[in-house]
Amino acid sequence: MIQNVLHGGRRYWGLLAFWGVLILIGGLAYSHQFAVGLQVTGMSRDVSWGLYIAQFTFMVGVAASAVMVVLPYYLHDHKAFGKTVILGEFLAVSSVLVCMLFIFVDMGQPRRVMNVVLHPQFHSLMFWDFMSLSGYLLLNLVIGFLAIEAERKGTPPPRWVRPFIYLSIPWAVSIHTVTAFLYSGLSARPFWMTAILAPRFLASAFAAGPSLLIVLALLVRRFGGFDVGARAIRSLGTIVTYAMAVNVFFVLVESFTAIYSGIPHDEEAFRYLFMGLDGHAALRPWTWVGDALAVVSLTGLLIPKIRHQERWLVLLCGGVFASLWIEKGLALVVTGFIPSPLGIVTEYAPTAPEIAITLGVYALGGLVLTALYKLVLNVREKTQLA
Amino acid sequence: MNETRRGFLKALGLTTVGTGLGIPLLRALRPGSGTVLAQVSGPAETAPAAVPGRQWAMVVDVEKCLRDDVRAAVIEACDREHNIPRIPDPKQEVKWVWSDEYGDIFADQINAHTPAAAREAPVLVMCNHCTDPPCIRVCPTGATWKREKDGIVMMDMHRCIGCRYCMAACPFGSRSFNWRDPRPYVEHDENGKPLSDFPTRMKGVVEKCTFCAERIDEGGEPACVEALRQVPGAEGALVFGDVNDPESEVSRILSEHLVMERRPTLGTGPNVYYLVPDALPALAAAPSAGVDGNHPVSERGEVAP
Repeated sequence: MIQNVLHGGRRYWGLLAFWGVLILIGGLAYSHQFAVGLQVTGMSRDVSWGLYIAQFTFMVGVAASAVMVVLPYYLHDHKAFGKTVILGEFLAVSSVLVCMLFIFVDMGQPRRVMNVVLHPQFHSLMFWDFMSLSGYLLLNLVIGFLAIEAERKGTPPPRWVRPFIYLSIPWAVSIHTVTAFLYSGLSARPFWMTAILAPRFLASAFAAGPSLLIVLALLVRRFGGFDVGARAIRSLGTIVTYAMAVNVFFVLVESFTAIYSGIPHDEEAFRYLFMGLDGHAALRPWTWVGDALAVVSLTGLLIPKIRHQERWLVLLCGGVFASLWIEKGLALVVTGFIPSPLGIVTEYAPTAPEIAITLGVYALGGLVLTALYKLVLNVREKTQLA
Repeated sequence: MNETRRGFLKALGLTTVGTGLGIPLLRALRPGSGTVLAQVSGPAETAPAAVPGRQWAMVVDVEKCLRDDVRAAVIEACDREHNIPRIPDPKQEVKWVWSDEYGDIFADQINAHTPAAAREAPVLVMCNHCTDPPCIRVCPTGATWKREKDGIVMMDMHRCIGCRYCMAACPFGSRSFNWRDPRPYVEHDENGKPLSDFPTRMKGVVEKCTFCAERIDEGGEPACVEALRQVPGAEGALVFGDVNDPESEVSRILSEHLVMERRPTLGTGPNVYYLVPDALPALAAAPSAGVDGNHPVSERGEVAP
């Protein structure tokens, strides 16, 4: 079955080559970073986490969102998702891989990564995040491969895998909750220290992940000749709509508390995002664009006539995904460090090597995802012929 | 699915579960390895000279430290003692003790009418060696921990993985990361050796003030405190002692004066205290008794030539 990944047309190999080039560039940039240290990044004393940790956070959400197809299919017997589940699970696999790589490239001493398990600290959320991500990766790998194997043979998946499928549902929630707890338990960073961070993370994840899945499913239909079905796309669209509405609501709730209370520590971060602080406003255009995208996309999604047309849906999903990427993959982490505990506004902008490494990590995820989806397509092709 | 792959998957699963759950459990059960057991076995097993329940603390006399030469002596002594690199880019600096502005350090203590002189008054800052340090809570490897015998917040630069979670958690900005190899930026003597025996660091690890734990273990005092003994009129600018010993100088000051600590509402329990004079605005505005008056002091606290 696995060897099928090595048989494909020109388009398939072209895509793999595209990922390969990005991985190569990222790898070169990383070897440079490995040699001279994280000085090659735009991070600093004051903004000590940047693009890498932000991408990690964003992609944990994409990984967790697989639950949005697993839960309706297995718990509610939502048959329309029959062909989508495997795409969701394999998206989760490659997303978790990407998350782990982003943590890895952010480390100052990557050779010591095993210290996290050799000297485990149960009071550190980082330890629990490591555990929950590894567990989630394993769950989705096992469930995904067993499902595709069963499909190839034309038999139902083994019965013993059921408990693992059920386990993967709360586990998906846990990975993003623990990731939010990494941030929301820090008294030093008022912007992050809010109880709504975990719910917000989940809501934005369940909007961004399924948005991506819709786009991927349509790509697979167009180029891979495999259709998950219009009903599945429509269901996913509904999920994106609700999740995005909840996310926007959560953001408003949080902004209200921070701004109406008027406590400088809580308010300053929002002021930095929307207006700028002490003459620094690098994120201002991003914030406004992101919020405009969120409002426009959500409005479009809320109108069934628009949402139910696939070409509009794809656009709206793109808008949702982009706005959430700006919110979580760009603004959330950096703004936590602004202003610094000593009241200083130090801005952050990623450097060229940092961007190259980031693209390289994403490309590696893209490569794995391409190979996994190819596997699915091969099996589906054969079963359809038979 | 063929049998070999199933076997492989099983083995993969067992290995991951094994490293994920097995090792932590084993460690927790192995005597003397986990923090829990260290508490059970008690301080008897640590250094015999250790006095249980000690908590080292520092009192910074803000008035005496208004003098540029006093602060410069402190910072110079620390930099030499610990081979601290002098990195030109302020965004990637390594600092153990440095000088910052009163208004930024005590942002909750100023108001709209606080004069600029007081807001900008230079104050020494360093790691607070908190009673309940958030940096230790978040560290995923135990590379930073609180010494049971005397409350010093330590750093193991060989275990640190450089994740910088501690920097995100510290509400005082007291931690520095080695964004680059610090060794080329460490001052060397004429024989090309670093000025002190204190190990130089590698890139990719976090460091901070340790209250000179290595000197304390030999019965000494922190290098900054010792250096001030050579500066005329600087007696008591920094007072170091055991805050749990009612007879100590630190305890005497705390019992006789109102002292401040940084961001007390966060509950971390800093062990660096600040003796702030009522007349800080006037004192800070007047030419200092030290070298040349009230010229701007670099963030590091060095005296301009």
